[in-house]
Amino acid sequence: MSLMLEPNPEQLKAQKVYKEMGLSDEEFAMIEKILGRLPNYTEIGLFSVMWSEHCSYKNSKPVLKKFPTTGEKVLQGPGEGAGIVDIGDGQAVVFKIESHNHPSAIEPYQGAATGVGGIIRDVFSMGARPVAMLNSLRFGELDNARTKYLFKEVVAGIAGYGNCIGIPTVGGEIQFESAYEGNPLVNAMCVGLIDHKDIQKGQAHGVGNTVMYVGAKTGRDGIHGATFASEELTDQSEEKRPAVQVGDPFMEKLLLEACLELVKSDALVGIQDMGAAGLTSSSAEMASKAGSGIEMNLDLVPQRETGMTAYEMMLSESQERMLIVVKKGREQEIVDLFSKYELEAVAIGRVTDDKMLRLIHNGEIVANVPADALAEEAPVYYKPSREPEYYREFQAMENEIPAVADYKETLIKLLQQPTISSKEWVYDQYDYMVRTNTVVAPGSDAAVIRIRGTRKGLAMTTDCNSRYMYLDPETGGKIAVAEAARNIVCSGGEPLAITDNLNFGSPEKPEIFWQIEKSADGISEACRILNTPVIGGNVSLYNETNGAAIYPTPVIGMVGLVADIEHATTQSFKSAGDLIYLLGETKDEFGGSELQKLTYGKIFGKAPELDLEKEAKFQNQVLQAIREGLIASAHDVAEGGLAVAASESLMGSDGLGANINIAGNTVSALFSESQSRFLLSVKKEHQQAFESLVDARLIGEVTDLPVLQISSEEGLVLAEQVEVLKEAWKGAIQCLLN
Amino acid sequence: MRFAVIVFPGSNCDVDMYHAVKDELGAEVEYVWHDRESLDEYDGILLPGGFSYGDYLRSGAIARFSNVMKEVVKAAEAGKPVLGVCNGFQILLEAGLLPGAMRRNESLKFICRQVELTVENNHTMFSSAYEKNEVITIPIAHGEGNYYCDEETLAKLKENNQIVFTYNGSNPNGSLEDIAGIINEKGNVLGMMPHPERAVDELLGGADGLKLFQSIVKQWREAHVVNA
Repeated sequence: MSLMLEPNPEQLKAQKVYKEMGLSDEEFAMIEKILGRLPNYTEIGLFSVMWSEHCSYKNSKPVLKKFPTTGEKVLQGPGEGAGIVDIGDGQAVVFKIESHNHPSAIEPYQGAATGVGGIIRDVFSMGARPVAMLNSLRFGELDNARTKYLFKEVVAGIAGYGNCIGIPTVGGEIQFESAYEGNPLVNAMCVGLIDHKDIQKGQAHGVGNTVMYVGAKTGRDGIHGATFASEELTDQSEEKRPAVQVGDPFMEKLLLEACLELVKSDALVGIQDMGAAGLTSSSAEMASKAGSGIEMNLDLVPQRETGMTAYEMMLSESQERMLIVVKKGREQEIVDLFSKYELEAVAIGRVTDDKMLRLIHNGEIVANVPADALAEEAPVYYKPSREPEYYREFQAMENEIPAVADYKETLIKLLQQPTISSKEWVYDQYDYMVRTNTVVAPGSDAAVIRIRGTRKGLAMTTDCNSRYMYLDPETGGKIAVAEAARNIVCSGGEPLAITDNLNFGSPEKPEIFWQIEKSADGISEACRILNTPVIGGNVSLYNETNGAAIYPTPVIGMVGLVADIEHATTQSFKSAGDLIYLLGETKDEFGGSELQKLTYGKIFGKAPELDLEKEAKFQNQVLQAIREGLIASAHDVAEGGLAVAASESLMGSDGLGANINIAGNTVSALFSESQSRFLLSVKKEHQQAFESLVDARLIGEVTDLPVLQISSEEGLVLAEQVEVLKEAWKGAIQCLLN
Repeated sequence: MRFAVIVFPGSNCDVDMYHAVKDELGAEVEYVWHDRESLDEYDGILLPGGFSYGDYLRSGAIARFSNVMKEVVKAAEAGKPVLGVCNGFQILLEAGLLPGAMRRNESLKFICRQVELTVENNHTMFSSAYEKNEVITIPIAHGEGNYYCDEETLAKLKENNQIVFTYNGSNPNGSLEDIAGIINEKGNVLGMMPHPERAVDELLGGADGLKLFQSIVKQWREAHVVNA
């Protein structure tokens, strides 16, 4: 039926149908030239998804080239399902972050759930066992029903998928800013473990080998999801709801276990997730990467609905599917393996030597296009870039210290800000313990999981302060990487590498493209100096609602190696009598700070400065001290400054308090967000050893009276019961949701 | 003593159960796939948590029809210890090996956190290593742990001391009488929502669950020494 509705090639060109699919006139002309004829409807569909920003990175490629992507430990950089880093003993860690922003904006539960499902498949398609999940979320302010709904449903969607499939969600970060009101961000990160020998590639090698389809059936859900992800949201976006996929974590659990059994088989040649652009991207990319071609008979594709056209099957983003290439003659073994998990595995095609992606449907060739043209030859655009007016204004401003009338009241208000307050309401809904390896649970600087059967552990975190990023994307980019590394170090890990998720507005706007470029410059420089290459990631552009862009939000996902699980460290003070140290310099820096937002209701000025050499030096000192067993607790001093950091170190400690002495301007000492600072506690017996290793200043002592007391040279600045601080901090999100 | 960890499609705490028994308890243990025809070679049966068959229809409702459940019923009738945790508990309810039913948590949200339990009955093969009224800390992780039964059943549970664990302090899911775990009349089938297999290692935040497994082994050894 629907086949009859498809326009013929001439109509397609005359009526410019390709424009609805997101292709420009120039791009259509390129396609015509590549094929040497007019493309048909199915073919233009293939090009439109593969040449979307989401699949081709056509607007971001020039920026992505800036990133350092190699290193002695990098086994797999960008380009495959996920990046891989060596962790010794024949083992490696596999990780990647990916966004599901637009689907989550209109269908938050399924949008978030399938975001989780998709990134998990990316990791196990490499042959790795997924061992942990993290996320990074952005919403508008929690002051309206729509935002509350989005927040609740996104969290429920992440929980629903992750809990069911049985991979612990161990960490993440959330910020609430009005810039995200119409366009929330949902970025999910998956971390996996693999033995070097099991590493797989998504490549279709070996002419004559068999292409098999495994997993769930193909339906009409998610058609053109990748295209939808590559345009701005508008009031009409609700109509794109059918472009959102529906997840089935149970199906994925079966697929996961089956695929991990499959990678042990020497019958397997290549495997790739059918993610964005489904069958199209998996087949075209596997052929292109191997320098081969693929021919598929779409009549053999397992289908959930009747009468599906070639176009619909190729563009469907139905979930929980994989495309695999197996050695010719070994198909039955694969069918048997998958049937144990009650899953389908069907031979639908073969590897050819003509470098073409050829599709057959109802006995006819319905598409015949060069695989490279789809996967590799999308046009690359060098977008114009322009320094925004606001940036020049902000840079010209002097650092201004907000006036604070009541320090105690201000501290309590800061602890109640949803960005600072306890995220227990969120992570209580995530099973963060399943698989029983979680050593440092959500709520500390970075999560730590042990690697069973070894002494080692993995520390992991996601970070991005999008306020700093907005004020100054280059400095903000540096800070995001530095803060992620600081969190890893505070947890006892050595930073290994990062994955990034570049969330921005429309690259068609020169001021937005400038943000993208500058933040990439900052990220790249920090990665070089902190020795954490970029091993993969995702780009999400066009995050705008009715013309207004989000804050630039390049989220950094970082993984570190904990050499001995005994080094795993948390932010909580441990025992009375321990000495409290502050490492790093405090300046009068309030641009983009929580105090500035609280005081003025907006952010402005310069982002905090960052000296990467100093950052690296301090991180090395702290890590070394942790490894020598000299540190009882370590905490990154971040949003809200020292007063908030000290409060946070008391939240998880039973019956303890702290006496802290500050110097210099009181407001800055308490609330400045100067970078490269660590709040450390040390047992008295380690004082000498610690001080000879770390350039930190002794500022106080942990007490057995549950009160936070801060004094300056002029006397008491504030004193409050830890119980009162805890109550303000713990209940804030629940309170805003009521 | 040899344990079986039953694995249904969608089980996901099977690994936790397996390692708790093997690494921390130090007993023999094997994974047993849901289509197994016999459990004769095992002395203790463990039904782990997770989302068997996606928890579609109702938690545990499909799993109870799998092949191996006939064998689990047989093992229970033979007096072997059968422990169902979380989804395992839900399956035991669906299979009729324990009375009552599970409703969604009162908050309608999945909850994962450490909770305190009171050991109400330490005269069972699963709890003899605890003191009576001992307060222990064990994590929960479930969306449907709100235990319910009718008054008559509740009266019987109380009369026979079948309530083994209750939540101490705040009840996380709204269960009747703060029930966290119950045992069958015969005393060899225990179902509980909290995860003792996740509380066997101080590195992960506590080891209060280990005594539960030690109780099972102790009882089995004593029984077999007597028989020998």
